[in-house]
Amino acid sequence: MKDMLVQVEPLIPALRRYARALLRDRAAADDLVQDCLERAVSHWHQRRDGSVRAWLFSILHNLAVTQFRKATARGRHMPIDDAGERELVSAAAQEQRLIYQDVLKKLERLPEEQRAVLLLVAVEDLSYADAAGVLKIPVGTVMSRLSRARERLLQEVEGVAPGNVVALRGVK
Amino acid sequence: MNRRPITEDDLHAYVDQALEPERRAEVASYLDDHQDVAARVAAFATQREQLRGAFAPIVEEPLPAELNLSHIIESRRRSPMRAWWAIAAMLLLGIGGLGGWTMRSALQEGSNGLSALAQEAAYSYGVYAPDRVRPVEIRASESAELTRWVSNRLKQPVKVPDLSVSGYRLMGGRLVATSHGPAAMFMYDDDHGDRLVVLTRPMSNRNLDTPMMPQSTGDVAGFVWADGGMGYTLVGQLPGDTLKPIANEIRKQTRPI
Repeated sequence: MKDMLVQVEPLIPALRRYARALLRDRAAADDLVQDCLERAVSHWHQRRDGSVRAWLFSILHNLAVTQFRKATARGRHMPIDDAGERELVSAAAQEQRLIYQDVLKKLERLPEEQRAVLLLVAVEDLSYADAAGVLKIPVGTVMSRLSRARERLLQEVEGVAPGNVVALRGVK
Repeated sequence: MNRRPITEDDLHAYVDQALEPERRAEVASYLDDHQDVAARVAAFATQREQLRGAFAPIVEEPLPAELNLSHIIESRRRSPMRAWWAIAAMLLLGIGGLGGWTMRSALQEGSNGLSALAQEAAYSYGVYAPDRVRPVEIRASESAELTRWVSNRLKQPVKVPDLSVSGYRLMGGRLVATSHGPAAMFMYDDDHGDRLVVLTRPMSNRNLDTPMMPQSTGDVAGFVWADGGMGYTLVGQLPGDTLKPIANEIRKQTRPI
């Protein structure tokens, strides 16, 4: 258990960051991380060799997906108010604030699966192979989603309503 | 020397600093010669920095108390006690959602032990089926692991019934404690979210074969039977005539050949 504490505890801030980026709601994200940690504690002896970081992100990601599915089944949407966003960027310097707000807005418009790849790779520093493991997809799919996510973020025109984006880019 | 062509994957790996030094140098020299591609790669890199910057404040926040890992480990150690308290409370209340079964029958094993098994299934249903957070310990996605675990603990090869023909998906399962040792519990649900519980464990009489018996306790109903010394029970909050064909299906699948 000591061993677990040493290996897992330093990763909790990153888990919170990923959960918050996915759910965009502080309380919901922390609930998810708590659930993830409880699972990690009870399944610690079952984990395979390999990166503890990737293992924890797998647990967290699965929980998030389950929650998304439940929310969709109930016909409810995850909160998309920008309170979380404002809270996030308030710590930044004034001139950075608008830039951060803008990139978060664009990120929000990405399809869920592209957003997850981009966050795991670009923000959480998972290797492509680890990201593939977390998302249970081949590495090739990680690369193509990453590429699409990045291209799409570049092309996002500021102020375009999400509805229009779907109409413009819906055909693939 | 023939150089390997630069791929889109290389460009992303360049941005993510995931290339071997040698390959990184090759990509860098390619970018020197291709300003348009270099501009796109630079934009990706800027984007990456912006994303990291935007999310950076979160990791600086002090962790909320409920994410204190030492506390989670500590409460996990105590949790078996909590489960026992829940069972004790149910026994004392005697009724709860489970009605029908009295203390007397709880303490009295029937002539062949099936009534005890039926009771255990109803307790498990009462505790785990309403649980929206963690009804099962091992999920269906790890059903091989689940089978291995419960077979080891029951010292019997246990087969997880497949109820998809009846419209029920396996959610997963767990080991549950009974006064006759460990039992394997499997939970299923359908598209309406209706949940079924199958509970199985070895009977004291290792040769016991019985017909299928209906059972019901309040709004939890089902069937119980034994095959080759293994007891089985299916319970749910559905009418008996709906459960009967499902119980038959389970019996067909689990029956020793």
